[in-house]
Amino acid sequence: MTTTTRNPLPASRWKESWRSFRIATWLGWQIESNWTDPFLFAIYSIVKPLAGAAILVVMYGIISGGNFEDPLFPYIYLGNAFYIYVGAVMTGVSWAVIDDREHYKTLKYMYAAPIRIPAYLLGRGVARFLTGSFSVIVTIVAGVLFLHVPLNPLQADWLLFFLALFLGIVMLAMLGLLLGGISLLIVNHSWFIGEAVAGALYLFSGAIFPLEVLPAWLRPVGFAMPMTYWLELLRRSLVGNVAQAFPTLATFSNLELLGILLGLSVVFGVISVFVFRRCDHLARERGLIDMTTHY
Amino acid sequence: MSSLAIETQDLGRIYKIRGSKKEKKIRKELVALADVNLQIERGELFGLLGPNGAGKTTLIKILTTLLAPTSGQARVSGFDIVTDAARVRPLINMVSGGESSGYGLLTVRENLWMFSQFYGLPSKEANRRIEELLKMVGLGDRIHTKSSDLSTGLRQKMNIVRGFLTDPEVLFLDEPTLGLDVGASRDVRNFIRHWLEVDETRTLLLTTHYMVEAEELCDRVAIINQGRVLACDSPAVLKRRLQKDAIFEVATSPLNGLTGAAIEALPEVRTATAAEHDGGATLNLILVEEAALAGVINIFTQRNVRILNLSKREPTLEDVFIDLVGRSMAEVEEGGQDE
Repeated sequence: MTTTTRNPLPASRWKESWRSFRIATWLGWQIESNWTDPFLFAIYSIVKPLAGAAILVVMYGIISGGNFEDPLFPYIYLGNAFYIYVGAVMTGVSWAVIDDREHYKTLKYMYAAPIRIPAYLLGRGVARFLTGSFSVIVTIVAGVLFLHVPLNPLQADWLLFFLALFLGIVMLAMLGLLLGGISLLIVNHSWFIGEAVAGALYLFSGAIFPLEVLPAWLRPVGFAMPMTYWLELLRRSLVGNVAQAFPTLATFSNLELLGILLGLSVVFGVISVFVFRRCDHLARERGLIDMTTHY
Repeated sequence: MSSLAIETQDLGRIYKIRGSKKEKKIRKELVALADVNLQIERGELFGLLGPNGAGKTTLIKILTTLLAPTSGQARVSGFDIVTDAARVRPLINMVSGGESSGYGLLTVRENLWMFSQFYGLPSKEANRRIEELLKMVGLGDRIHTKSSDLSTGLRQKMNIVRGFLTDPEVLFLDEPTLGLDVGASRDVRNFIRHWLEVDETRTLLLTTHYMVEAEELCDRVAIINQGRVLACDSPAVLKRRLQKDAIFEVATSPLNGLTGAAIEALPEVRTATAAEHDGGATLNLILVEEAALAGVINIFTQRNVRILNLSKREPTLEDVFIDLVGRSMAEVEEGGQDE
């Protein structure tokens, strides 16, 4: 080897973070897009979310006596569709810890490299966001075409939609980071921590029914979660008049909801960074960075 | 630039281990490293020699910032591995042998390119180095092969290239030839030697439990057991401490209950290790005086042990280890230690 050029001075924090994020995004996409069989990918990305939505539609149909004109139907349908992001993004970020440590056995090399681990994990989540987006779009398009979900693209508030979507995705990614930190410490049984948490919060975030349906003592859980406001904003931006038919958050204007979402996202973001740093520190102290459980 | 590539001061690591389900509250402490003091100069190929569980990997994990020490300090390229970890990482790289890490769905080139990008290497330069290094380890024709399609040995070679690719100031190789066949191990050793010859400021810390590897490659060797460095010097100097002794290797018929300890009890016998195998045994004797051999032969006769072959030989690092620990490395490993 003729090369003797050494690595330059340490990159700045931002440069290193961007580099970590960018390359991790590439890696995440290589892993997610490794569809050796496009047919299987179609099944996974199209049929799975549609099947999930179909179960909900059938249940709704039975309970409501087939009243698909009720505002509750688009409320449920859109809430369920966008909730796909919750599992996808949170799992996408936190799963990378388990995947790299247990499956590829590369986590220790990542930790020994000059990268920013949080930025790396967030980058790994981008691919899941993209494939999740595909599922969300497929579900919504199917709802509009076949189930008469009253979404008129010409009447939608796209600025509000993309603003809320962006804020919500960042918030979910930060929650994924929090779960990623916990995954560093839980050696066993943390494979589906993202999906498990998403499933646990499903009932409390107003995804498939307004919070009034919950017992009064459980409602604060929903009100404390940024997902509740995020889903409400997405519904309002796409089917405004329908979404406001429910009293839960009707007293809040769009701007107020955005403010609450931003505030809660910042709070959860700060908590996530703190928890991740603490877990990262503990993982180094306990020697868990390269621990494998040999399932 | 610090003149020392690696420096440790009273470095220690204790693992707290939970008991079984019934004894959850009981926490045992395992001393993986104790008071390790090392000074490794730039340009050195330094070996850590010890049995499995001696603490070699723990030391590498600490020096590569993966594991926090519980006591003491360590500096790599002049930077503290705890408080300045972010400045240490761009300057180092590591490879663990005996594992098939890497993203199986990526090609060899993609795997290596990706890691080079994490170190900020320009893409063009990275690709040039990848081709050059892969050719050097005999993987040039596999550059576009998915790494999942590589054999374990070839995958290990890919990982070794990953370690060298970023041209680190300090490279940590943890049992790099573990699990490799003889030919591949030789290739790796040649490659290591070549890499150090090209630039005299490169430093390499190698852990191994292969005596021959340590003897053949390393400028200096630290013999480590149960987390403690027992001796540290060049292989020649380490062996010289036994040069006054007479070292014999004896092949015998079955020992009929005769143990190494019984032989060690004889006058002028420093150490005696015995390994029994089908139809006989092999003993390594380190004697203070050659004349002590008569006593050993006498005890063989008393126990009806026939001598099949007896040869006097030069001391090896294995003998040094036996002299320091009182048991051979294989015996220590059989005895069981957790790293």
